[in-house]
Amino acid sequence: MIRLSDQPFEPGALLTEFSKDRRETGAIASFTGIARAEAGKTEVLELEAYPGFTESEIGRIADQARIRFGLDDLLIRHRIGRIEPGEAIVFVATAASHRRSAFEACDFLMDYLKSRAPFWKKEHGPDGARWIEPRSEDYADAARWD
Amino acid sequence: MARVLLFGPLRDVAGWRERETTAETISALRTLLSREDAALGAALSAPGVQVALNQALVRGDAALDARSEVAFLPPMSGG
Repeated sequence: MIRLSDQPFEPGALLTEFSKDRRETGAIASFTGIARAEAGKTEVLELEAYPGFTESEIGRIADQARIRFGLDDLLIRHRIGRIEPGEAIVFVATAASHRRSAFEACDFLMDYLKSRAPFWKKEHGPDGARWIEPRSEDYADAARWD
Repeated sequence: MARVLLFGPLRDVAGWRERETTAETISALRTLLSREDAALGAALSAPGVQVALNQALVRGDAALDARSEVAFLPPMSGG
C-alpha cells in the first residue's frame, strides 16, 4: 500500500499494523526516515509531489520490488507538505518469507525514493530557503540496483 | 489549450506554477517559454529535467491537444 500524507504519522503504529495476522511471512524489515534539524539550519522541510503521477511512479517501482524480491507485501508512507525536524518523513516496510529479501527490498525502495521518485524537497532555515537535490551517493546507491 | 505544470525549483525560476498554452508540440512550448523568459528556457533544458505528458514520462517531442497536461520535472529528491 502506497500513501502520501500531509499529516504526521507514527512509524511504530504503522509497523504494528503491517505486522498483524501474518502466519506465512517469516521476515519484516522496515525503515523510517526522519527530518533532521541540521544543527538549526533546517527549521522546516517542504515536500512537494505531483499528485497522481507520484503515486503511480512509486507504484511501478513497488511492483518491481514485489517481483524482484518475492515480497508478500509492502507498505510505503511518505509525507508531503511542511515537515518539522524530528518528524518521520518516510516509512517503508517489506514482508517476505526470509530476511534477506525483506532487507534488500527495503533498501531498494529507499534508494529509489531518495533520488528517483517524483518529490521535490525545499529546506527552510534562518538564512532562507533552498531546494535540495540528491547527493552523488544517493545516485550511486540507486544505481547499485540497475 | 494544453496545461503546463512546473515543479520544484522551476517554479521559483518562472514565478508561476501552472498555466495554459496554445503550443501544439512540446518543442514549440519550449520555444515559446524560452522566448518569454530566457532564464526559464535555460532551466527547462538543464540536465536532469524530465518531461511528463499526461502523467507519463516522454523523451523528445510530442504533439499536444486541448486535454494535454505537460509537466516539467527537475531532479527529484524524496525520503
